[in-house]
Amino acid sequence: MPTDPNIALAVGLPLAGALAIASTGRWPNLRETLMLVTALATFGVVLGFLDPVLAGERPGFTLFEVFPGIPLAFQIEPLGMLYALVASGLWIPTALYSIGYCREHGEKHQTRFYACFAVAIFAALGIAFSRNLLTLFFFYEILTFSTYPLVTHSGSDAARRAGRTYLGILLSTSVGFLLLAILITWQLTNTVEFQPGGILAGRADGPVAMGLLALYVFGAGKAALMPFHRWLPAAMVAPTPVSALLHAVAVVKAGVFTILKVVVYIFGIDFLAETGASVWLRYVAAFTLLAASIIALSKDNLKARLAYSTVSQLAYIVLGAALATGAGVIGGGMHIAMHAMGKITLFFCAGAILVAAHKTKVSELDGIGRAMPFTMGAFALGSMSIIGLPPMGGAWSKTLLVLGAAEGHDVIFVGVLMLSSLLSLGYLAPIVGRAFLFPQPHPAAHPGESATPEPSGSRLREAPLLCVVPLCATAIGCVVLFFSAEAIYDLLRAIHPGP
Amino acid sequence: MSEHLPALQVVLPLVSAALCLVLRRAFVVRVFATAVAWACFAIALALLARVEAGGPISYALGGWAPPLGIEYRVDSLNAYVLVIVTAIAAAVFPFPLRGREVRIPRSRHFLFYASLLLALTGLLGIAITGDLFNVFVFLEISSLAAYTLVSLGRDRRALSAAFSYLVMGSLGAGFILIGIGLAYQMTGTLNMADLAVRLDPVRDTRTVWMAFAFLIVGTGIKLAVFPLHQWLPNAYTYAPSLVAGFLSATATKVAFYFLARLVFTVFGVAFAFESMGLGAVLLPASVAALFVGSIAAAYQTDLKRLLAYSSIAQIGYMTLGLALLEERALTGSLLHLFNHALIKGGLFLAAGCVVFRLRSSALADMRGLARRMPLTAMAIVVGGLGLVGVPGTAGFVSKWYLVGGALEGGHLLVAFLLLASSLVAAIYVWKVVEVMIARDGPEPEVRCEAPASMWVPTWALIGASLYFGLQPQWSIGIASQAARSLLAGAP
Repeated sequence: MPTDPNIALAVGLPLAGALAIASTGRWPNLRETLMLVTALATFGVVLGFLDPVLAGERPGFTLFEVFPGIPLAFQIEPLGMLYALVASGLWIPTALYSIGYCREHGEKHQTRFYACFAVAIFAALGIAFSRNLLTLFFFYEILTFSTYPLVTHSGSDAARRAGRTYLGILLSTSVGFLLLAILITWQLTNTVEFQPGGILAGRADGPVAMGLLALYVFGAGKAALMPFHRWLPAAMVAPTPVSALLHAVAVVKAGVFTILKVVVYIFGIDFLAETGASVWLRYVAAFTLLAASIIALSKDNLKARLAYSTVSQLAYIVLGAALATGAGVIGGGMHIAMHAMGKITLFFCAGAILVAAHKTKVSELDGIGRAMPFTMGAFALGSMSIIGLPPMGGAWSKTLLVLGAAEGHDVIFVGVLMLSSLLSLGYLAPIVGRAFLFPQPHPAAHPGESATPEPSGSRLREAPLLCVVPLCATAIGCVVLFFSAEAIYDLLRAIHPGP
Repeated sequence: MSEHLPALQVVLPLVSAALCLVLRRAFVVRVFATAVAWACFAIALALLARVEAGGPISYALGGWAPPLGIEYRVDSLNAYVLVIVTAIAAAVFPFPLRGREVRIPRSRHFLFYASLLLALTGLLGIAITGDLFNVFVFLEISSLAAYTLVSLGRDRRALSAAFSYLVMGSLGAGFILIGIGLAYQMTGTLNMADLAVRLDPVRDTRTVWMAFAFLIVGTGIKLAVFPLHQWLPNAYTYAPSLVAGFLSATATKVAFYFLARLVFTVFGVAFAFESMGLGAVLLPASVAALFVGSIAAAYQTDLKRLLAYSSIAQIGYMTLGLALLEERALTGSLLHLFNHALIKGGLFLAAGCVVFRLRSSALADMRGLARRMPLTAMAIVVGGLGLVGVPGTAGFVSKWYLVGGALEGGHLLVAFLLLASSLVAAIYVWKVVEVMIARDGPEPEVRCEAPASMWVPTWALIGASLYFGLQPQWSIGIASQAARSLLAGAP
């Protein structure tokens, strides 16, 4: 295993950035420049690992030993590479977007906001590159605590209550289940290292593996598998950039990434397939998938609808892991990237609508496409990716997941996946439809607003440029992912070499 | 000179306590006591280094050979406890004693420091001696000093708290004395190593059973193991913060050391756990302590009282590791002696900073503290996370070993309860955090951080707890070595 100190650099950069941001709070322009520079530099360093990893190298770096034989250490493998690319790559548009959003929206305590943001990226990269379960757990908890100030950013009572739910669920699942699972793994195998092919084969039998898997998947509460999903809708009180990056990309993906990584490198796909320990998980994931979609249909608040959509889409990835087939796991891994790009676009749009039109409900969006064509156009593209329509990236990962289900002869899950795609069409398409096809509400229809007559419905009233440019970029990113899916497939194929 | 280190460890603070009466001036005495604490710390480190290099040290006091003479015996476990006690003393003694916390005028502060040094003497004596009766003597020295120190709290209720502490403590000491007497009656010796040998033929007598029961219950009172903990919350709440920090970080730890010594060295694992069923009593009591202590803490409205109840739960972790009788779990217990001493000592000092500025440690008065006293608030947050056992803090290290040990012994339920109880800890910690970051604090919100002489000792302990959370090799090395030698039954 080649040692590469650049890994420490990649993980350390956001932390250094956080310190730099915290110490330059008095000069907003400098502070925000530093944030952008850090984001770009971090992404650049992470990108530098791609070629070696594609070539089959697994660069590693050991920080220091904590327990005898268990160090805090990093090692880059394909899944982590992908997650790190997603988290650090999407930090750049989010940084731009949050500058536009915070200035326009007049958020307070922006320094704390940006600093915590950078710490969260630091934690996400630590999770992505973790070589063993201890390192993963360590950064997982940093991620929980660093995002708490972001969720409760507004400081209102509602935010504090939501923060309590957020912290309560994430902390109790991670300490109560995940840590227990890690310690049981340590007890069974005397190691907590991630290894290709898993470490549990031959050390645990079916029922033990089943129980352990349950502890892992519910322990990774950030994956929002029902019934531990309540924190995600609660966290929507956070400012929109937080919802965008953290609750569509970094935090939730940390949860499903943990599950994928544990399935691939602790249990081993073959071991799971042989013992059938993950069969029950398919049903739980399928239930979450459908139930969350149906709840999303009923939500009028745009962000709440997107939150439940996220819960549903995360269950796709869990289902992919539970299928215990190569295509399922690769499809799940790919969906991390595809869903991230699509969902961050949607959240950016929701924030832009809030900033420009001060609207938060789906039912208020009639005809808004005429005032905000770029935003709603991007929303349409992002929606298509989430639904899984070509030419959007989401099409590929969903195809792979369906293939994975078919490979395991689980016809029922093929049906579930199809049905859920229809449901996502059902909760996303009406938003686009309302925006472009419905007439704008007549001012007289809202007597309360008639005091400020709107001059013309067709006038452009887009959000600030710093908001619109990033959301257009990520929308285009969805299209780009469609054409570059093969690269992701090649990257991930290494985790399960086979047919 | 260096062969007399064991004696010096105890004699130095004892003589210094008397010297305080000569020095008299408050500031001089404080500096002097600090210097003594640092010297004791250096001696303890030197002893530890010698034990690590050359095995246990036996020192015959006054040249009288054991078992007739008093023997000071230092092995890796004692040396470790001595380091904990002196390290805490070294960090806590410089913490300034302000009039807002103690009832005596500044001109009589020298009496306070004399008592503090006497308490230190007693605790070090219990830890170092190999003679059972000598333990009792030192126990009384430390306890009497502790009662005095607690009673000096500003609040009048400190008097009644000290009185109930005195009653309970004397009861415990009485039990211990009875136990010692019964053991002596059966064996004719007071030397612990000698007792271990001589008890062997008479183990199955009712007298020895009684001796064991009296000794364990007496120590249990001193240790505040649930349900013998009633004296603790009031004593720590109304004592000056410096005293609460010192006692919570050292007195219970030394009592735990004595319990381990009795169980593993004097009576032996087989007798204690198989004949007397200690595990069947201690395991449920410890688990109950985890929840009773933490849940009670979650209902408190005063920071110091909350910390006191949290101590009951944390003591539960230590006794639980002992009751599980697994090497990994016992390592966890011994690690927690050290880790909890750092965390709780630091937290009580932080409470002292709060009392100094706000004249109260009520949670209601602490609203918005994060902006008024950022350093103190940060210390409370970091220490609190340590109590919860968040990774990166010292509390995580001990929990890792405790839960690992529970799983090693096949106690899946206990492992789960251990982790669940840390979630209850998260509730009371978060309650404090939410109060401190609340936006509706009193106006105007002026920064009034405690003076450096207060937050430096606080952060020394809190910072150490972070350091030993990330770099625990040193503590793990000693704790696992001590656990191994305890389980092997080596005297």
